[in-house]
Amino acid sequence: MARSGPPIRLLQNWPAKLAATPMILTALVVFIGCSLWTVVHSFTNSRLLPRLDFVGLAQYERLWSTPRWQVSIENLAIYGILALVLTLAIGFLLAVLLDQKIRFEDGFRTIILFPYALSFIVTGVVWQWILNPDFGLQHIVRSMGFSGFTFDPLNDSGLVILALLAAGIWQGAGLTTVIMLAGLRGIDEDVWKASRVDGIPALKTYLFIILPMMKPVFATCVVLISAGIIKLYDLVVALTRGGPGIASEVPAKYVYDYMFGNQNLGQGFAASTMMLAAVLAIIIPFALFRMGRKRHV
Amino acid sequence: MQKISMRRLLAGAAVTILPAGAMAADLEVTHWWTSGGEAAAVQELARIFEEQTEHGWVDGAIAGSGSTARPIMVSRIIGGDPMGATQFNHGLQAQELVEAGLMQDLTEVAEANGWRDTINPVSLLDACTFEGRVYCAPLNIHSPQWMWTSLSAFEKAGVEPATNWEELKAAAPALREAGILPLAQGMQGWQTALLLYAMISGIGGADFYNQVFAERNEDALNSDTLKNIFAEYAIARDLASGGNLSDWNMATNRIIEGTAAAQVMGDWAQGEFALAGKSAGTDYGCHIGLGGEPVIATGGDAIYFPVNDDEAVTEAQRALAQVILSEEAQVAFNAAKGSLPVRGDIDLAEVNECTKAGLETLKAGNTIPTIDLVMSSDSRGQIEDLTAEFFGSDLSAEDAHARFVEIVQSAM
Repeated sequence: MARSGPPIRLLQNWPAKLAATPMILTALVVFIGCSLWTVVHSFTNSRLLPRLDFVGLAQYERLWSTPRWQVSIENLAIYGILALVLTLAIGFLLAVLLDQKIRFEDGFRTIILFPYALSFIVTGVVWQWILNPDFGLQHIVRSMGFSGFTFDPLNDSGLVILALLAAGIWQGAGLTTVIMLAGLRGIDEDVWKASRVDGIPALKTYLFIILPMMKPVFATCVVLISAGIIKLYDLVVALTRGGPGIASEVPAKYVYDYMFGNQNLGQGFAASTMMLAAVLAIIIPFALFRMGRKRHV
Repeated sequence: MQKISMRRLLAGAAVTILPAGAMAADLEVTHWWTSGGEAAAVQELARIFEEQTEHGWVDGAIAGSGSTARPIMVSRIIGGDPMGATQFNHGLQAQELVEAGLMQDLTEVAEANGWRDTINPVSLLDACTFEGRVYCAPLNIHSPQWMWTSLSAFEKAGVEPATNWEELKAAAPALREAGILPLAQGMQGWQTALLLYAMISGIGGADFYNQVFAERNEDALNSDTLKNIFAEYAIARDLASGGNLSDWNMATNRIIEGTAAAQVMGDWAQGEFALAGKSAGTDYGCHIGLGGEPVIATGGDAIYFPVNDDEAVTEAQRALAQVILSEEAQVAFNAAKGSLPVRGDIDLAEVNECTKAGLETLKAGNTIPTIDLVMSSDSRGQIEDLTAEFFGSDLSAEDAHARFVEIVQSAM
């Protein structure tokens, strides 16, 4: 005989809920739990080992009065804005070029995407060689006869950030290109036919019709690139080690150095909390944007 | 691999004297001795350890300087994956780990072997002692306050080899003329800071050094002496410009090649000179305290043994601690590395004039505490950041001095 009464909501579809439990636990404990733990400990004076000895905002006050942190933020801002704009622009341009039904498209796609398969450490070492004045670019140009040519960005505090940028874009632009290409392929052929019937030039079609249609693709790219920018660390370690001086320091390196090298967890936690805040500042508007759109549809 | 297992067989044959029932274990030893001379010294220590005991040495070299290696070591110990033994510098680097009970108590080994009577200066053992218990085995003495000069570089420039900082400054224009870099300086923070510490003790003197770092005396920090040292430090930046060096042994290599005239670096640079077949007095010169006040800091390396729940590993740890302080290991290791032995009762028959000068300074008691003993890692990190920024920018000497005073005064 079947049992009567309303079914218990919690037990509805229980296999699916059971299967999702590990993921929910991971999210709660690892992501949210550990983040909260870090934020709480950023208000303490923990040194090598974490301890709950609260000192209020002292770590944050010290953080924001430290020149190295200020340089780090400044570098991240310069690198971030330029990397975002240039990666999007180069990615879109390459995607459009690949979209011209050219021959050997597969070959070009592989070449363009290939740097992305390399880790940042390898990228850093490769660019260290390219930019080394004694056997890299400077050496090559000089041996072609331009003996006065000087190009040594790794030892010039003003140019070093551009060296990072070049390596970063070289590595990251390929992925953007491929995502954009997929976006372009997703555009209905009829749009192109219509624009051709109306006699709109191809450039204008790209800029005013295709580009607005690719908003979601751009949003994805922006989030991917931004996340890469904020966690920028390994490229700096491999390419410049923060030098010359502190000219190419970035926030993630500050966190690592203070947490482990200088045995000051509190200071490292304060810096990583600032980074978390920066990530949330990007993710939350994006999530709201996505949710808002779904509601309208 | 083949070689090691052969060695182990030989070692096994030699252990019949050891008490039966002792278990053999492989001991992973982590360290950052990776330059040529340093690696040779480690091999000596591993060889003696495997010959004298039944245990095996698993080399855990971590490339990069101490600032790269220490975080890895600390996180392994804290993270519950302790190695068998690990290098740290004498001082405060491992103090919190000891306080947290993560390090093996070696008091019995120390007492059985009379460490307190043989270790000289005894302050090295004190640095290993916490609440009356011994937690590390001192291995060698290193002093950072040395200026190394390339005699051939001065010859090429046609000037007398500099024996102190003032002479180097005077010779700089002639050196530049001859295309020689006056000062080879690695741009990493710990190296630029090392130069500053050496200038403070060499130009200011031992008492002044203590007033600045140990007492943090306000008058000393704001004195003209310190301001003057920062002005000299700015001159050092000019002498080093155009070098574009990062690792210390790359800079030492410039001295060996004779393309740079001088480097301020610890006595571990001697290991590089020895490996390149250069000899003191004829190829290179050495000047304690940049040729100024001859005081050296008696820091160096000590081996710590993280607490382990494997009985065999613990046994191997005690055996290694004993080997480290043995006469044979002290002589072999320190001869290869260019450092001084920690035992006062060892007669180093064939030492070169630089090591002799170091030993004499040590015997005369002209010593200062290393920076590790008087400043926490945190404060040191801040000073290193400041000096790295100073060398990589055009920060003025006055501003650098003001920020230095701020860091020292806020040090805990």
